[in-house]
Amino acid sequence: MTARDGGERRLGEMAGASRRSDPAATLMPALTVTISLLGLGLLWSLAANAWPSRAFPGPGQVWQVLLREAASGDLFYHLGATLGRVAAAYLVAMVVGSVIGILLGSYRRADRFFNPWVILFLNIPALVIIVLAYIWFGLNEAAAIGAVAVNKIPNVVVTMREGARALDPSYAEMAAVYRFGPLDRVRHILLPQLQPYLAAASRSGIALIWKIVLVVELLGRSNGVGFQIHLYFQLFDVAAILAYTLAFVAVMLVVELLLVQPVERHATRWRRRPA
Amino acid sequence: MQPVGAAVPLRVDIAEKTFRSAQGVSVMALKNLSFEVQQGEFACLLGPSGCGKTTTLRILLGLDRQFSGSFQLPEGGSNRIAAVFQEPTLLPWRTVEQNVRLALPKDLRTKNLDALFDTLGLTGMRSLYPAELSLGLARRAALARAFATEPAVLFLDEPFVSLDGRTAEQLRRLLLDVWSARPTTALMVTHNLTEALTLSDRIIVLAPRPTHVLGVFDVNLPRQHRSPEATSDLLQSFHQKFPGVT
Repeated sequence: MTARDGGERRLGEMAGASRRSDPAATLMPALTVTISLLGLGLLWSLAANAWPSRAFPGPGQVWQVLLREAASGDLFYHLGATLGRVAAAYLVAMVVGSVIGILLGSYRRADRFFNPWVILFLNIPALVIIVLAYIWFGLNEAAAIGAVAVNKIPNVVVTMREGARALDPSYAEMAAVYRFGPLDRVRHILLPQLQPYLAAASRSGIALIWKIVLVVELLGRSNGVGFQIHLYFQLFDVAAILAYTLAFVAVMLVVELLLVQPVERHATRWRRRPA
Repeated sequence: MQPVGAAVPLRVDIAEKTFRSAQGVSVMALKNLSFEVQQGEFACLLGPSGCGKTTTLRILLGLDRQFSGSFQLPEGGSNRIAAVFQEPTLLPWRTVEQNVRLALPKDLRTKNLDALFDTLGLTGMRSLYPAELSLGLARRAALARAFATEPAVLFLDEPFVSLDGRTAEQLRRLLLDVWSARPTTALMVTHNLTEALTLSDRIIVLAPRPTHVLGVFDVNLPRQHRSPEATSDLLQSFHQKFPGVT
């Protein structure tokens, strides 16, 4: 009980980020992050000056490309296309993976039968799934998103299976005695207990998914950050490659700060106030 | 909401309940366990620790269906059952009030609970999360949840265990207060004889494994007259009837 509790709390903390709300405590980490990023930029700039080459542009050049692409509207068009694919693949992977994971975690025999499948899919390289999806289903959006989702689903399954195994039966028994409906059971009993696992799966999920989306776009789409990077690779334009990469990393950072963290703070609000 | 008409009492007739361990060893927990609880009566199942009291309760709650025999729950009125478990079993991610309301059927979700929360001294704690409550307060919230549903029968599984003496005493009084406001057929499991003598109309004494009924002790004294002296008299006559049972 205590061991599991501890693990859950640790997962929760990992996912819940900082819980302090007094201004000095929230400002300090932000300041540290800013200084750290500025330091990295400075190092980059120094290195680019020390070794001037077309293959290694400095931050200034990348910024110029970024402004040019933004002004022409290309940047937002391609960022939007990639973001849409990331969102769709994420949604499909989380829903399908969670359902399978919870089923496998709840039914021992099904788990024993399907476990080899999970291991098999965990170990199929992303590239193979993408190539096969394009061959079998054609160069279309559904194949692209499906291929990314299939890459991510086994990870979600494994995490959610652990979560389902750790479910506390006493809550389910309470719900049975008081005759909770199926919807109430999912909303008030199941999901809150799985929240740390959902958070862990989402975290590792978003990062993995956007990297795979780029490969999908590179291989068979005519827009998106991956397509642009492929284009500029052929033109040997490193500044543009870096500009697109950094722009999308920034987008993901905004998603993290404005969407993921507030949602998690809300989901773990009951943990924050100590007894 | 008092049930009307020919209400059926709680009737239990369990022929046998056997546990099989992972090694294939089987242990008989219950054997020919039968008793009745009358409509509106507060009964206690008294027996030593580990004698299968909780097993019996789990069967009656419908959480364990691997047994032979039958039982009948009171009918009429709400037809619902409610339970107070050994642990409060409140959902940590919902507030006290949400915990209570979630146990209610949909059409009663919005009903007024002020009087109940007031009786149990929980008025100021409705919006707190269970982690912010002491164990005693969490148990009160569990009692509130059970009584809010206006059940046809209420099961209590040693609800005052692991509390200090004073808190347990206070909770017993609170339990009697809410129970008297709406006398419900109730079956409480306990190994504490004094507790059983304070609370119940009749005590069903169980023998150790395989558990069966040793005998029944009727407490024919209204609760308001159960002063410490009267209770010690009851204790004496109990010991006369059941020597060796503590």
